[in-house]
Amino acid sequence: METAQETIPTTEAKAETSTKIFKGTGSQVLLNGLIEEGVHTIFGYPGGAIMPIYDALYDYADKLKHILVRHEQGGIHAAQGFARASGEVGVVFATSGPGATNLVTGLADAQIDSTPLVCITGQVFAHLLGTDAFQETDVINITTPVTKWNYQVTDANEIQEVLAKAFHIAKSGRPGPVLIDITKNAQLQIEEFPEYVKCNHIRSYRPKPKVRIQYIEEAAALINSAKKPFILFGQGVVLGKAEEEFKAFINKSGIPAAWTIMGEGAIPTSHPLNVGMLGMHGNYGPNVLTNECDVLIAIGMRFDDRVTGRLDKYAKQAKVIHLDIDPAEIDKNVKADVGVWGDCKETLPLLTNLVNENKHEDWLAKFRDYNQQEIDQVITPELYPTGDEMTMGEVLRNINEICGGDAVIVTDVGQHQMVACRYAKFNNTRSNITSGGLGTMGFGLPAAIGAKYGAPDKTVIAIIGDGGFQMTPQELGTIMQFGAAVKILILNNRFLGMVRQWQQLFHDKRYSFVNITSPDFVALAKAYYIDGQMVNERANLRTALETMINHEGSYLLEVMVGRENNVFPMVPQGCSVSEIRLK
Amino acid sequence: MSTIDHFENKSAPLIDGKEEYTITVYAENRIGLLNRIAIIFSKRKINIESLNTSPSEIEGIHRFNIVIHEGYEVVRKLARQIEKQIEVLKVYFNTNDEIIWQELALYKVSTDEIAEKVTVERLLRQYGASAVVIRKDYTVFAVTGHKEETDALIKALEPYELIEFVRSARIAIIKDSAGFHEKLKEFEAIEPGEELVENEFLEKGAKIFTM
Repeated sequence: METAQETIPTTEAKAETSTKIFKGTGSQVLLNGLIEEGVHTIFGYPGGAIMPIYDALYDYADKLKHILVRHEQGGIHAAQGFARASGEVGVVFATSGPGATNLVTGLADAQIDSTPLVCITGQVFAHLLGTDAFQETDVINITTPVTKWNYQVTDANEIQEVLAKAFHIAKSGRPGPVLIDITKNAQLQIEEFPEYVKCNHIRSYRPKPKVRIQYIEEAAALINSAKKPFILFGQGVVLGKAEEEFKAFINKSGIPAAWTIMGEGAIPTSHPLNVGMLGMHGNYGPNVLTNECDVLIAIGMRFDDRVTGRLDKYAKQAKVIHLDIDPAEIDKNVKADVGVWGDCKETLPLLTNLVNENKHEDWLAKFRDYNQQEIDQVITPELYPTGDEMTMGEVLRNINEICGGDAVIVTDVGQHQMVACRYAKFNNTRSNITSGGLGTMGFGLPAAIGAKYGAPDKTVIAIIGDGGFQMTPQELGTIMQFGAAVKILILNNRFLGMVRQWQQLFHDKRYSFVNITSPDFVALAKAYYIDGQMVNERANLRTALETMINHEGSYLLEVMVGRENNVFPMVPQGCSVSEIRLK
Repeated sequence: MSTIDHFENKSAPLIDGKEEYTITVYAENRIGLLNRIAIIFSKRKINIESLNTSPSEIEGIHRFNIVIHEGYEVVRKLARQIEKQIEVLKVYFNTNDEIIWQELALYKVSTDEIAEKVTVERLLRQYGASAVVIRKDYTVFAVTGHKEETDALIKALEPYELIEFVRSARIAIIKDSAGFHEKLKEFEAIEPGEELVENEFLEKGAKIFTM
């Protein structure tokens, strides 16, 4: 493609007719464009090839808040946390070469979890491309598999069109990360630029399929004939901003609904039809009854293997209805009997109109029976342990009691993540922020920083394991410098707990390199002028948690939990969801 | 993806077996798009047997022909992943009986050998070959056809010192296609028409192709 304009005929036409109004550098016009797109917070780290943009940024301090992270990976995870908490597009700046390659993990995470990001990377001068210049890497090709779209700008005249296109692509349809690589000459280039025009159409890109009433009708007919219908919902409900539409649908149809960890919080934990969590460490009833329901209604979820377990024994008895905005997801893992392509913000109300009011009392009672078994055998011992060792579950129970379900909980990856997702109470959407698809250890701390900027009025608690914390602890520096009031809760079991659990259960307890030692986390926090304390006795837990949550500013609390506790229930790998183990 | 339910029109569905599919992609002509498409195959460890990019019937829109040997379900999923790429307008996939296709092959042989041991006229006639270059030292023949046909000439020339051989990628025309002119108008509209949003659950019993 020669120029970006060629693919956006509508905006091109407008751009040509408008008068040139701004004379300045490519860097300035980029920042102006960000402001036009409603950006107010940027996470980034400067370097040689992005210096002209940073130079321009110097004059924009009143309009654009730039958070200097301590590592580009921290920057992109923060932008993810920001996007997930706020529903806006997260913006990241990084320089060329190592700056850009440090973004890759975050891009992969955002791609698989459909998080809208616009990443701006600096690049060497255009005439140096391909010469192995200092800090040159082929960022476009490195990031192609982990971006929804990417583009290299070598001429400042492309910047406005490309930026407009980037924001449109990042946030529309199934959202995702977009990367724009801008060569240094384009950043420096002085031109007369036209007025910024937002992009709302790209001829080769259909963000959402047009809804056809015929398959809404087919789906409604199946639902109305069902005796044991079951809803699985994922992040699509949140991304589609369709929480209310979803609530109306389940309230009318009376169908029990279970969530993937990415969908958690789309309806409150306390909603009577919220029957819990799906998947490997999900709740007992939802997993077992997946293989008993007669109609399975999947909404904005993608049948990840951690949710389905063994596919050839997954819901074989059920008719499957799959609502998704991304046609590539329908029939990808589980064959749908009725595939409803479209934005659930549009499809759910149409479906709600056509479904009968129902209560499904007997069917719901089954979920309650299984839930009672799980409460007796798993949940009560976890939340109200009688042994000396503290459990992760009781920490979560205390948080629920203190915050009442209003906190934003950001987790890292591992046992604490599963426990947090299982037991944390949520009243509000966009409150559970976790690395779902990619399972990125080190996500928690920087994502929590971003979440605090995305939801400044909320209490943001980062729940992190002792292993994951040691992957991105440098972001304590960001907290120190910018005063992000993130509550850091380290659940320390002195093991890489999830791997240890698998080694115990499936590798004859051969604990291979899971025994991890930690620094004095509280002293580390204090080195960054962040208050904190360590708790190793139950008697002090509640007060310590209250101290953390009520503390003004950031606080680090390390809780020593049982070393060899396991997360149950569990669907062992390669097993059917109905083979879920309670112990 | 108009060809999604084409098996319903056949007497013997080949759901699990692999066969040759030609994927036709209409896309913007942008740097890097080839890589984006190629990695959809390599990510799944699927070999591309043949790949051709060329202009299409519409100026500014490029057409990729990709040949792979896979099962129907796999090809359908691949097609959707390709169509999901921002710069891709439309993807079709077809079995060999649904397309007209050609490949071009060039053969370089020693002129001495060929003049001495085999009559050039016979080769030209039997294989539909044409002589592109005849020099004292070598002769280059060209054959247009299917793989089987161009392979047959390799066999015939093997005894006579085949110095060099090359075959082009497949180019294919879909038999039941009205081209892309009308479709493009819909793509350029901000509100898409029904036609663009094809859904296999509605296409049952419809024509094989809706282009």
